[in-house]
Amino acid sequence: MEWETVIGLEIHAQLATRSKIFSGAPTAYGAEPNTQACAIDLGLPGVLPVLNREAVRMAVKFGLAIGAEIAPVSVFARKNYFYPDLPKGYQISQYDLPVVARGKLSINVDGKALTIGITRAHLEEDAGKSLHEDFHGYTGIDLNRAGTPLLEIVSEPDLRSAKEAVAYMKKLHALVRYLEICDGNMQEGSFRCDANVSVRPKGQTKFGTRAEIKNLNSFRFVEKAINHEIARQIEILEGGGEVIQETRLYDSVKDETRSMRSKEEANDYRYFPDPDLLPLEISSGFIEEVKATLPELPDAKRDRFKAQYGLSDYDAEVLTASREMADFYETVVREAAGDPKLCANWVMVELSGLLNKDGLEITASKIDAAGLASLVRRIADATISGKIAKQVLETMWNEGGSADDIIERQGLKQITDTGAIESIIDQIIAANPEQLAQYRAGKDKLFGFFVGQAMKATQGKANPAQLNELLKKKLQ
Amino acid sequence: MHRKTLAELAAGLERREFSSVELTQAHLARIERLDPALNSFITTTPEIALAQARAADERLAKGEAGPLTGIPIAQKDIFCTKGVRTSCGSRMLDSFVSPYDACVVERFNAAGAVMLGKLNMDEFAMGSSNETSYYGPVKNPWNTATVPGGSSGGSAAAVAARLVPGATGTDTGGSIRQPAAFCGITGLKPTYGRVSRWGMIAFASSLDQAGPMARTAEDCAIMLQTMAGFDERDSTCVDRPVPDYRAALGNDLDGLRIGLPKEFFGEGLDPAIAGLIHAAVDEYRRLGAIVREISLPNMHLSVPAYYVVAPAECSSNLARFDGVRFGHRCENPTDLADLYTRSRGEGFGAEVKRRILIGTYALSAGYYDAYYLKAQKIRRLISEDFRRAFEEVDVIMGPTAPSVAFEFGAKSADPIAMYLSDIYTIAVNLAGLPGMSIPVGFSNGLPVGMQIIGGYFSEDRLLNVAHRYQQATDWHTRTPAGIAD
Repeated sequence: MEWETVIGLEIHAQLATRSKIFSGAPTAYGAEPNTQACAIDLGLPGVLPVLNREAVRMAVKFGLAIGAEIAPVSVFARKNYFYPDLPKGYQISQYDLPVVARGKLSINVDGKALTIGITRAHLEEDAGKSLHEDFHGYTGIDLNRAGTPLLEIVSEPDLRSAKEAVAYMKKLHALVRYLEICDGNMQEGSFRCDANVSVRPKGQTKFGTRAEIKNLNSFRFVEKAINHEIARQIEILEGGGEVIQETRLYDSVKDETRSMRSKEEANDYRYFPDPDLLPLEISSGFIEEVKATLPELPDAKRDRFKAQYGLSDYDAEVLTASREMADFYETVVREAAGDPKLCANWVMVELSGLLNKDGLEITASKIDAAGLASLVRRIADATISGKIAKQVLETMWNEGGSADDIIERQGLKQITDTGAIESIIDQIIAANPEQLAQYRAGKDKLFGFFVGQAMKATQGKANPAQLNELLKKKLQ
Repeated sequence: MHRKTLAELAAGLERREFSSVELTQAHLARIERLDPALNSFITTTPEIALAQARAADERLAKGEAGPLTGIPIAQKDIFCTKGVRTSCGSRMLDSFVSPYDACVVERFNAAGAVMLGKLNMDEFAMGSSNETSYYGPVKNPWNTATVPGGSSGGSAAAVAARLVPGATGTDTGGSIRQPAAFCGITGLKPTYGRVSRWGMIAFASSLDQAGPMARTAEDCAIMLQTMAGFDERDSTCVDRPVPDYRAALGNDLDGLRIGLPKEFFGEGLDPAIAGLIHAAVDEYRRLGAIVREISLPNMHLSVPAYYVVAPAECSSNLARFDGVRFGHRCENPTDLADLYTRSRGEGFGAEVKRRILIGTYALSAGYYDAYYLKAQKIRRLISEDFRRAFEEVDVIMGPTAPSVAFEFGAKSADPIAMYLSDIYTIAVNLAGLPGMSIPVGFSNGLPVGMQIIGGYFSEDRLLNVAHRYQQATDWHTRTPAGIAD
């Protein structure tokens, strides 16, 4: 039987506010345990929450960016359950009435454009952390994270493969960073994902029973966990069994998912509107104010790059994958005042290669946009060849310095003096009479031999176009 | 000095008839002498009190005093007080020393008031008789065989026994008004949102409201002036100017429209109380008021709706008492579930557990619509009843409670009977309105209170209406025998 996979993702994006969603405590990551938690975060008797306006602004910004409806009135609810790192015994979240509803996101998978529905995005607070190591059999509680603002973004079950799920997640990841509402740091848990996965016989409209896989904190794990889960469910169904609705945890070491709790064991969260917080009213004036701060969004930027710089779909897609990359590229183009395609190549291929090798983000590049632009300028004005430029780039990366200094110091300037090139060619022809005879007898392949000899003699500095032209003339 | 009202004491301090230190010492001595028989204080804070009194005397000397500077008061033990045990009447918080002050406490401190201590109360404010306190019941100063009412029973008893001229209370379903009535004092539950709930340990967040308890309306006006006002730390606190309550006290009542809801005078009301309420209303007629019967048709739904909403909120509010970060923790827990169940099982008393169970049930999947949502709808119907009533009348009057103070144990075996003692007060909380109780006479030697209910933010009018009655009568000046000296 042929099976179809149905996936929906719930993504938790930590909002990049300075203070927590319901208290004034800072949200800084990595501080000493329990130093970023105030009385409100600790859930002391008598404390009350006050909503952070900035978190609302960010949620609205996101809603506008995905073309969603911004609820004029949304409600904070309490999700009640006991856990030691949940100080109040409930999480303040949104349930019936989320702040953002019915948006969409377009993704591109294998050249196919897909539109993925986003059911809702709601504001909520994060819990603290339970630390099970180093406490001699006890569990430590760190409440620094408690009360950190989260935007939970819930997709429609519109995804049909792990690949689509990852493409959606990457697109969302880029978007929240474009919007500057989330730092996207997956290692620190700023952007994490739960996946709802089910399979059904191809052609069936009814959904199969789903399993929810919790806490996937890298793109690679999302893909592996989903693929593993699909295989597990198909195996059960093909064996005549039934998938049970449950929550599963992905073990990245063993590359498998295992059961965490079944539907029957699931908590009854007893949601009800939080009486400490009034309904959140968002005026059209506030929405307009936020709208005015929206940056150019990834899709619009990609289309503009294609039109303005004449880039291919692929190049435009890669260069707009992050706002930082796009900004870097545009600075290079502006500074180099030249060929946008050449600039694209040097950003996407050569510089990205060095970044990947050192595991650095574009923002941490050892060569800034102006530096790369000056190198590109030297290629464009034929001071150096592309091949020499790679050498210069490596030196800039490893030792620092400007392109011009390196070219000067290492004498890498291209030989463009026709007379000089001609005299080198003359010497080579004179030194290789045999090869000359063979070439003239019709062995065209030997043209490369003469180019090689000339480049060797000039340490690669001969202008390749001029060299070709002159060689052809002289060899005739 | 203890015979004087808060307003009179303030005048005495201003005239230097006595110092705040003297006043404070006198009250501390009374507490030491009389409170063992009453049990109205959980904690006394003589050192803090004397330090505050000395500071107040300095302020008075410099001419920087306000009407509360140097005045002894006491806080219901539901308000967090920095560096002082804040127990909420529960074993759960027997060891809890708050690291911060409630807004109400801050404001009294800033006004220069002197805190004598923390007052006894029903556990987590859940009770109508003060019998649920972990620290034992408070005795009614009028008859120590009877309850003082609850949950602010310690506050009411301490004021009635002249241990303190004014005390704070909180009212979720009648917890200021009913004990005020049982103890023969004046108490005001302000409009929901008038006083900040910051630092007031939550029972039912959408109903809880702090208010003053004192001997006279004038004293309540002085206290409310300090307590009321916007606080950005409480999202449900209303940003609205606070009127000058004392200035409004003298307004005459000519043409005041009083409504008597027929539902407040039906079955279940002690006829002697009905008689005293009608007599008090007659007094208002003499003061120029116009009286008419009105109807609040959904009143009979208020107790059932309340006993869904309040327990639902409490079941969630009390989840933080889990033995993990503060409060009672059981000995040697074997695992997490054991830590939770034993810490909570040992820390909470029976009434608190009953309400947590009711509330948990009411919010459960499959029951939410039938209970919680329906109760919220009833709440709207009740608010609507009041809204209509206030189109025709300025204030509503009726009994505060269906009976006078009952004997210990009389209702503790029957929770429903206990819950019905708040039958006239609960609707006011459900609607978020302000309500007062003032003494209007005695039945079997026990005080009877009359409730006065007004429209939203009409505290100034309620205080004015109560004050004019107190100018014309002397019920509020009566003092329990044996403690008068």
